[in-house]
Amino acid sequence: MTPEEIKQAANIVETKPRLLNDNTMHYCPGCSHGVVHKLVAEVIEEMGAEHIAIAIAPVGCAVMAYNYIDIDWIEAAHGRAPAVATAAKRLNPSRLVFTYQGDGDLAAIGTAETIHAANRGENIAIIFINNGIYGMTGGQMAPTTLEGQVTSTTPYGRRVDLNGYPLRITEILAMLDGTCYVTRQSVHTAPAVRKAKKAIRKAFENSMAGRGTSVVEIVSTCNSGWKMSPAKSNEWMEEHMFAKYPVGDLKDTSKE
Amino acid sequence: MKGNEAVAHAAVRYGVDGYFGYPITPQSEILETLEELMPWETTGMVVLQAESEIAAINMVYGGAATGKACMTSSSSPGVSLKQEGISYIAAGQLPALIINCMRGGPGLGTIQPSQADYFQATKGGGHGDYHLIVLAPASVQEMADFVGLGFDLAFKYRNPVMMLADGVVGQMMEKVVLPPFRPRRTDEEIAAQCPWAVTGRPESRKPNILTTLELDPVVMEQNNIRLQQTYSLISANEVRFEEHCTEDCDYLIVAFGCVARICQKAMEEARAEGLKVGILRPITLWPFPTEEVKRLSKQVKSILVVELNAGQMIEDVRLSLDEQVPVHHYGRMGGIVMDPSDVLDAIRNIIEK
Amino acid sequence: MKEEIIIAGFGGQGVLSMGKILAYAALMDGLEVTWMPAYGPEQRGGTANVTVILSDAPISSPVLNSYDTAVILNQQSLDKFEKKIKPGGTLIYDPYSIHHAPTRTDINIYPVDAMEATFQLPSSKAYNMVLLGALLKVRPLLPVEAVMKGLRKTLPERHHHLLPINKEAILKGMELPKI
Repeated sequence: MTPEEIKQAANIVETKPRLLNDNTMHYCPGCSHGVVHKLVAEVIEEMGAEHIAIAIAPVGCAVMAYNYIDIDWIEAAHGRAPAVATAAKRLNPSRLVFTYQGDGDLAAIGTAETIHAANRGENIAIIFINNGIYGMTGGQMAPTTLEGQVTSTTPYGRRVDLNGYPLRITEILAMLDGTCYVTRQSVHTAPAVRKAKKAIRKAFENSMAGRGTSVVEIVSTCNSGWKMSPAKSNEWMEEHMFAKYPVGDLKDTSKE
Repeated sequence: MKGNEAVAHAAVRYGVDGYFGYPITPQSEILETLEELMPWETTGMVVLQAESEIAAINMVYGGAATGKACMTSSSSPGVSLKQEGISYIAAGQLPALIINCMRGGPGLGTIQPSQADYFQATKGGGHGDYHLIVLAPASVQEMADFVGLGFDLAFKYRNPVMMLADGVVGQMMEKVVLPPFRPRRTDEEIAAQCPWAVTGRPESRKPNILTTLELDPVVMEQNNIRLQQTYSLISANEVRFEEHCTEDCDYLIVAFGCVARICQKAMEEARAEGLKVGILRPITLWPFPTEEVKRLSKQVKSILVVELNAGQMIEDVRLSLDEQVPVHHYGRMGGIVMDPSDVLDAIRNIIEK
Repeated sequence: MKEEIIIAGFGGQGVLSMGKILAYAALMDGLEVTWMPAYGPEQRGGTANVTVILSDAPISSPVLNSYDTAVILNQQSLDKFEKKIKPGGTLIYDPYSIHHAPTRTDINIYPVDAMEATFQLPSSKAYNMVLLGALLKVRPLLPVEAVMKGLRKTLPERHHHLLPINKEAILKGMELPKI
């Protein structure tokens, strides 16, 4: 088959969503961000929501997420995405407003903004990439870094007596009256990807229905920061991250 | 009504879209009055008590990014917390109004009036090369008027505006004529006026992306040059000041905000003694009325700068001069407000020198 | 016409609201006014004072170093402000909480037993209105009806049933100064 023949519609089984543009991603090979970006683009496309989507980018590896998904973006200061989203949504209630944040952004410097936006029940969706490390700045300890995990600032492994415990902020968010849907997903297998996509769609729909704050945590890998191959990272995530951060729904008020 | 209350009423009447604040004395009446007015029931204005000053300024950033007229207010320690967000708003070329009802510092300081944040307001405050347009009200009327003026300038130049008030004008009551009600802009009007606004992408245009990050230094320098061009334009067009009895004055007082009014009473008493005193009150602290100071410096024997701080605006007065004119300072700090007799003594002192 | 007034006493005695009613009344009577409180924790139990300026011309400084008229409700305030009254000016004070009477001879001094008078009224909260009445008697700056208008403006509507009591207090206060 020639490349031209391969490209014929009848032969295409998987396409790139239209909203995901052709810019080369700066993410490392094997990084979960690329997959989650694709899911976000797909969901917005399927919802026909690009004309109402306002996305808030964080500081962290996803700081330049706006380079890849062709919708309107606001790049927020470190940790402040939920505050930025709060105003964007309140002033534009007809819009689909969501944040896309990493663990440092959401669970360290932005803890206050995250908790209070969720506690007010802002009608926004929060997509939370938890890879247990600071990727962009070169692999330092994150609030979600596991006990014993080696990072550039915990070269001998995270010690809870020195650095405290891994923060399960999603569990905290599930406790708040303002959240309607809190779930933990991953994107390391095809079934997991499908589930994660469903979760993102549900979160976006909740936001538009005015049900309150939805949080989709995606337990992710950072093979560069973890200093493992992508395949090994997936194994390590299943073995260690899932033990601390088990996947599944933590809260879904639509089921109550 | 109080200056702070006037701000709240003026904001609703101007058609402000969003106010985000956090309580701190002496400006909490702004948030309190807005909550009492419930403008969300009438104009649709959003009023929100944020969890911190940091969250509040970032809400302003988020709201302004969607083309809406957003404001916040605080007092000195709270404004320090907002500085990161203010830098982002300036870098993002977003229109916004920030009110600082100054109290004495440094640190937690005191809740009494001060003008010690002059440097912070006029010289940056946050990181990077940027300027705010800084308006200094001297009356309750000006506190009300500068809400509208502030937003007009902010949208005209796509630049944040700071109203640098103090505990005296914020807390005092006097007569005020509130601006007329005008409707908030519709989404269509915003789309027309702010084509850059992040509102959701219609098929007809490329994505609007508001970011202050630019890793390519060549592009980042161009971004800076563009900001500086805006500042040049503002400096050329928007200098505002008020003069009292400067036509024949031998001694010039330069003072802003409530202090200018205290000086005015001192001036009246000095003139009764035969001392020819005049006052220049900068209304825009940035851009500073440099040319006016320079012009007046050629006719006076000396200049007295009166401030509620250890000597901050005096630097801009000195930078304005190209001739040797003695420049003196009289200031009180830490929340103490001078009275007219103190200023009169200071005038007599410089004359003796 | 210009009257520079200081009202000073304990927080909670109604010092600030008395000033506010006076200011509103003058405003509605067409005068320029400024009302400048010493604000903050002083509002709650410590000493409180408010500077009120009424004038038929625009007012420059809201902060003053001398006053035409002082209304003084406690000893600390008397110690602080007696010396700041302009010669020929007016001092009104309530002897109830004053241990050392004023000593100046170049001003007009009116002791007013406002607290005693208030005890005979239906509400002890009307204390400041008794003093306001006394002030208006000594310094007829505004007609009582203008003050009632100011009161109506400053009092929340749910308290408007208290207007007659306040008027009674003002009229009672007007009987007190011995002129």
